[in-house]
Amino acid sequence: MNIHEYQAKALLRRYGVRVPNGQVAFSVRAAGDVPKKLSGNAFVVKAQVHAGGRGKAGGVRFVEGSEQAAAAAADLLGSTLVTAQTGDAGQRVHRVYVEERCNVVRELYLALLVDRSVGRVCIVASDEGGEEIEDILAQAPERLQRVAIDPDSGLQPDTVRHLAADLSLSGGAAEMAVPLLSGVYDAFIDNDASLIELNPLAVTPGDDLVALDVKMVIDDNALMRHADLEALRDEVERDAAEIEARRYALNYLKLSGTIGCMVNGAGLALATHDLIVQNAGAPADFMDIRPEATRAQVATGFGMLLTNPNVKCVFANLCGGGILRCDTIADGIADVVRDVGLPVPLIFRATGTNADLSRKVLADRGVDAMFVSDFAQAASLAVQEARGVA
Amino acid sequence: MPVLVDESTKVICQGMTGGQATFHCEQAIAYGTRLVGGVTPGKGGARHLRLPVFDTVAAAVAATGATATLVFVPPRNAADAIIEAIRAEMPLAVCVTERIPVLDMVRVKKALEGAKTRLIGPNSQGIITPGQCKIGVMPGHIHRPGSIGIVSRSSSLTYEIVEQLNVARLGQSTSIGIGGDPVYGMGFVDCLDLFLDDPETEGVVLIGEIGGSDEEEAAAYIAGRKPGKPIVAYVAGLYAPKQRRMGHAGTIDTLGGGDAATKIEALENAGVCVAASVATVGAEMRQALAVRPHPANLLDG
Repeated sequence: MNIHEYQAKALLRRYGVRVPNGQVAFSVRAAGDVPKKLSGNAFVVKAQVHAGGRGKAGGVRFVEGSEQAAAAAADLLGSTLVTAQTGDAGQRVHRVYVEERCNVVRELYLALLVDRSVGRVCIVASDEGGEEIEDILAQAPERLQRVAIDPDSGLQPDTVRHLAADLSLSGGAAEMAVPLLSGVYDAFIDNDASLIELNPLAVTPGDDLVALDVKMVIDDNALMRHADLEALRDEVERDAAEIEARRYALNYLKLSGTIGCMVNGAGLALATHDLIVQNAGAPADFMDIRPEATRAQVATGFGMLLTNPNVKCVFANLCGGGILRCDTIADGIADVVRDVGLPVPLIFRATGTNADLSRKVLADRGVDAMFVSDFAQAASLAVQEARGVA
Repeated sequence: MPVLVDESTKVICQGMTGGQATFHCEQAIAYGTRLVGGVTPGKGGARHLRLPVFDTVAAAVAATGATATLVFVPPRNAADAIIEAIRAEMPLAVCVTERIPVLDMVRVKKALEGAKTRLIGPNSQGIITPGQCKIGVMPGHIHRPGSIGIVSRSSSLTYEIVEQLNVARLGQSTSIGIGGDPVYGMGFVDCLDLFLDDPETEGVVLIGEIGGSDEEEAAAYIAGRKPGKPIVAYVAGLYAPKQRRMGHAGTIDTLGGGDAATKIEALENAGVCVAASVATVGAEMRQALAVRPHPANLLDG
């Protein structure tokens, strides 16, 4: 689960991490009021969306005084921000964060993440930060510092001191690095984060370390033990169908193509997607039915495919596993066809547990599906059918 | 013998009294797996599926001589159950639980260092040696005894490719699902090591997918070892839809790896036959074996 910059900053502040003073605003008027509660006259107004690259996309405005802050908020609120990380559709801005501007001597990059290659939490850092960080490190990978942390002993101060030296930090900033990183590490562990990224992390003229931007992602699998963090969820920017799908044990991602895909298992779904593209077709979605899905949940998923106006044919590719049986899926499909009919061709391929029974269910219940057993033929037929109707 | 499990393997199930676990334990017994007991804290002394239930793994091992455990414990307690198995020095732990918090698995990974336990999973379909032993949630009936080893990150793709191997009249020596989680036990290299040393395994299918670097590590291992058996690979996600991103760390973390094209190139450079399409894996293994025929590869009819 992604949380917003202002939420992450409030959380890190509790762990002693220095961040500029600021406040979130949901309206132009509220945004104009924030500077009156802050000090100085220089502020930053930042669009709060779950993506990076906001600066280059015009989502970060440097302003003087309340009036300019309100004007920047008027510009941002309700607009759609398209950054390098949002995808082409962009994300609509529903809230802005107004904070004090901070003088900067130097900008660093610092992130904590779970490094899957070693199975540990890892600090990833560079002596230069900012939005160009990916390009900088692609050019000069040796500028990336990487330190894995032993989960039993935790983050040791001497580890941080070595890292600070590698990042060319000295004096007060080097001293500040120890409490800063201890705070970020504790926040990571306590809150079951999968990512905390401080970019940029600024060295100020006073030799302080201040996190100017924070990205934080919470491990979805751990939310069961963090009811407080669940309250930070903001789904306004997600596709309504994707939100609905999550309630029905479906992994669903809407795409722009014409072939509605319904597959059980993420690996098989990826492979189905690949094979359709290799046959010059275009999937309308990525849908992976979870093993625990019920007949009613499958019906919801199939219904979602049929209500997508771009879908010209549906390819159901099923491999009955230990938990989910093919006939359960067939019954879910047949329930939808009984209620709303079958407006587009359905290619049905089933293997594994109760595959024969699933075909019998569809045939007995009058679903006019095309049964194909060969994977390549099924994908090729789906592409042809999608073209034929289009 | 095949790798890790065979007809003599004695298995317990942690969390056996749960609903899903009960179903899959019944399936395993019906398949012929030597299930000898279960562990559910607080239910020691009870019987379930006509087998003894113990409070702890250590008690179960002492009473039954089990050498493998199927961890079928809900996500909240799954990591603790695995760590209990590690402390009891259980030789093999197979965890099928999905959605374990990743920081819990970081603790498990640390507990595995220098331990006597090998872990398969979590979020894995498990391991099966066809006709002998099934520890996991895979459908047993689709498998055929034979000489092809399978190691896979995806359960659904494994079933697909088992069916393809059957069509190509190739049975399986052992099939291992290493699971789909970011932090996990045995990886491709550990499993390849076992399969390449196993005289009954004549060829290996490796099923990878986007993310992580396990395929790249497998490629480096294969290049160094120069195996005398064919390895056919498939990597899912060549045209995967681009995910929306949050921050730069994901990209920085995978600089020079992680995507399907990079993995395929690394495997091909190591001499692995990477299937042109997911639909041709079985046929390509058949062809690779035909170059060096061996009668044990072929199933009857």
